[in-house]
Amino acid sequence: MNATAALTPVNLAAILISLALVGAPHTSHLPVWIPVFAGLVLLTRFYLGYRGKPLPNRWLLLAAALVCVAGVAFSYRTLYGRDVGVALLTVMVALKLMEMSAARDTMVVVLLAYFLVITNFFYSQTIPTALYMLLVVWIITATMIGLQHRAAKARPADMLRHSALLILQAVPVMLVLFVLFPRVQGPLWGLPQINVTTKTGLSDTMSPGDVSVLSLSDEVAFRVLFETPPEKPSRLYWRGPVLNEFDGQTWHPGLSLTVNTLEFEALGPRLRYAVTLEPHERRWLFAIDMPAAVPAGAFLTSDYQMRSRKQVRERLRYEMESVPLYRIGQYAKNWDLTSALRLPAKVSPRARALAETWKQQSANSQEILTRALNMFREQPFIYTLAPPPLGDDPVDEFLFTSRSGFCEHYASSFTFLMRAAGIPARVVTGYLGGEINPLDGYLVVRQSEAHAWTEVWLVGEGWVRIDPTAAVSPLRVEAGLAAAVPESERNPLLGGDRFDWIKQARFAWDAVANSWNQWVLGYNPERQSRFLSQMGFELATWQNMVIVLMVSSGVIVMVLASALFLRLVRQRREPVQRLYQKFCNAMARRGAPRRASEGPRDFAARVSLQFPEIRDSVQRLSALYVALRYGGKNGDMELLREFRDAVRSFG
Amino acid sequence: MKLAFLSAFRSKLPIRDRIGDWIFPPRGPETGPVTLGQRRVYILPTRGGLAYGVTLLLMLVGSINYNLSLGFILTFLLGGMGIVSMLHTWRNLAHVALRSGKSRPVFAGEYARFPVGVRNPGRVSRASLAIQLNGQNATYFDVAADTESTVETAMPAAKRGLMAPGRFRIFTTYPLGFFYAWSNLDLDLSCLVYPKPEPGNVPLPPAQAASGEGGASGTGEDDFAGLRTYHPGDSPRRIAWKAAARSDTFLTKQFSGTAAAQLWLDFRDIPDILGLEAKLSRLARWVIESEAGGLRFGLRLPNLELEPAAGTAHRDRCLQALALFQPARR
Repeated sequence: MNATAALTPVNLAAILISLALVGAPHTSHLPVWIPVFAGLVLLTRFYLGYRGKPLPNRWLLLAAALVCVAGVAFSYRTLYGRDVGVALLTVMVALKLMEMSAARDTMVVVLLAYFLVITNFFYSQTIPTALYMLLVVWIITATMIGLQHRAAKARPADMLRHSALLILQAVPVMLVLFVLFPRVQGPLWGLPQINVTTKTGLSDTMSPGDVSVLSLSDEVAFRVLFETPPEKPSRLYWRGPVLNEFDGQTWHPGLSLTVNTLEFEALGPRLRYAVTLEPHERRWLFAIDMPAAVPAGAFLTSDYQMRSRKQVRERLRYEMESVPLYRIGQYAKNWDLTSALRLPAKVSPRARALAETWKQQSANSQEILTRALNMFREQPFIYTLAPPPLGDDPVDEFLFTSRSGFCEHYASSFTFLMRAAGIPARVVTGYLGGEINPLDGYLVVRQSEAHAWTEVWLVGEGWVRIDPTAAVSPLRVEAGLAAAVPESERNPLLGGDRFDWIKQARFAWDAVANSWNQWVLGYNPERQSRFLSQMGFELATWQNMVIVLMVSSGVIVMVLASALFLRLVRQRREPVQRLYQKFCNAMARRGAPRRASEGPRDFAARVSLQFPEIRDSVQRLSALYVALRYGGKNGDMELLREFRDAVRSFG
Repeated sequence: MKLAFLSAFRSKLPIRDRIGDWIFPPRGPETGPVTLGQRRVYILPTRGGLAYGVTLLLMLVGSINYNLSLGFILTFLLGGMGIVSMLHTWRNLAHVALRSGKSRPVFAGEYARFPVGVRNPGRVSRASLAIQLNGQNATYFDVAADTESTVETAMPAAKRGLMAPGRFRIFTTYPLGFFYAWSNLDLDLSCLVYPKPEPGNVPLPPAQAASGEGGASGTGEDDFAGLRTYHPGDSPRRIAWKAAARSDTFLTKQFSGTAAAQLWLDFRDIPDILGLEAKLSRLARWVIESEAGGLRFGLRLPNLELEPAAGTAHRDRCLQALALFQPARR
């Protein structure tokens, strides 16, 4: 049997190329020695196969396998877990190649190659990854086809063409399965390992410079789809971590309690929207200040933060309601307010002194507030992305020396001044603004929109949001970051008029990426049942889904089977014959069917006798047919057109 | 039906064939082109196909566990591809038409070759079809659209006689090797197997003087004795061309002096101790050598006598007689 036949160089090369392509993306996260080892094995195997040399013996391979397992154990300090699994798989596939001598052994290698494709999705599920993997599957499948060519050598172009055909024909089945296959929320066992990469995003502490670093990042923090878009979505404050403790340098979260119900007074209409949050490995969720509902799996704290019960490790979609105009905390607890007044001792004496003077000169808290904001407004404070570094006492240095800073500098020093003046205050971080993508209507909030502001507590009014940055740079709040920073600091990704086409391209790409996230990556059990009920499935139980799935994939397979089968039995007819058959049919309707024994000339003669009124045109048509079919004029387009017109005249 | 079921499962054929035989019992030899309709092509997954299924199952479980949306897509795409490949494998075999070709006689110990004409009437070319006689290596071949290929399958011919391999199988696993589509046919293939010529140094039996010729002294090959009607196998040199030109039939010149070449190869001249087959082997060897030597020879078997003649056609007739010889039963 040819199953034991040696591999042809083309088939061997195809297998090795497939494996190289499927393994290439893994090089970025495997320990260096594994890709190097695998690459060397691939090259050696090709050399041995090309030269027809014998493969290494089994004991050597077994020894190599043991050494490799030991190497993996040493590199990862464990033999358990997802990454270790990928490493072991890679090494073992490489060694299996050294054992693959006959065509029979290739099936295992090819199946492992398909399996390696899926391991790549542990690390990336972006559109480019998907396209690359489609390419890889195409090539692996072509390799399979090449291996099945037993009689004649397959040409790579034919293999690729046939492979593309199989994949294309599989797409309808894939779509039906993707939409209808009943989804189960994972994990089925264990906990999926988290990616140890640090994500950009807000942190739970804030020191000078933290937010301005973020503002250089173009990464999407979250996307929002409004039920009814607000008039100025770019002026919405997205509430994130609330920071209550200050040690002179850095703000910390402090203590907050979980609460069951939030007391707030709505002063305006509610906004309904859905947030799709990018994974940030933290627990907080973002909502427009002030959240009026809590999504499932989340809870609220006493300082009005919304937190998830689990770390956000995967893209998370949640429905939200908010009240942009509100009143909260009129009757705040005492301990809450005292903690919002606490300051470290002996820090920033000048700022304390300033606050003390304001307190003495003012009749009420409102007046102190105004004085503080006026200071930022009137004195030469600069809003910049690149503030000079601050030393041991950032508040004093910023307020009295450098006077240039980003939102965290203003929020931090303003909160400090308020506390020093006896007004309970805290720092709130989050995002301000965002950009509506005109292509899909989603509001995109990027890391560059990270922001920090202050909440102060006023008697009778409760917690009030004060944004000191707005006092310094009203443009930041009005028109976004790009407009607020000096032109020299802008980069193309921050937008601006000069880079209009870049902006358009970015909108387009973002709309695509967003649909990808929403519909492909975010198609989870919840989304599936929502989608199916939108499509008219009243009862999207898994039993119903399986029935519909069976029926629709059955229909697809039947359609495909009959299409394939028709191609098998239907003979191709020349257009000339087809047209002539039409003419014969027309004559048959008139009552003169062509007899099997009749040639075209005899038939024309008989028809002419029977219907003298169409004699000329029948004769002409018949002459054209004879010329086209028997007169060697088959390729004559002019004649064919004339013939077609003649046939049409008989309808 | 019940009996058919039982007998199908008691046989030693592979399970695939047993199932096939049970559903569609073998119908005996067919003559003429046989088109493999939809109902004659069976299909089952191969071991590779089952392994593929297990791989896909693992991929599905992995996708669920790690919430890999692209994993689902890949798994479903590959699953769809498996289904599509089943249709392609089936189509690769369906609607080909097969007819048996004529086998050339061989000697026992050689390979008997059975040509089969495989016609592809459709518009799609067929790749990697295979024909397999029971227990033999498969012969792979391609058939382009709307053409016919002739495939020769070989099988060692162990015994003399008319060799009929019986049912053979045409199968394919193209394009992915996950499915095995096959059909069993009995096209009444046959091949004539001559006895194996005895090897070694085997002298021809002594030539006998042709009976009734008298002294036969001084007569040579050139002594014209008369004309008789032409028999196939007569040497063209002995055809009376002038006489043929006058009449409608060929006539062969007969000479009286061919006594030296008048040779009888007689079954009974060989000692019985050798056994039947060895005796036939020796006769085969004699037939071949006599013809190669250009001699006129006759063959005597217990139940058959072939008059002396010369030429390859005569040789083949003799060998056929040896191949098909059946000793009288007692």
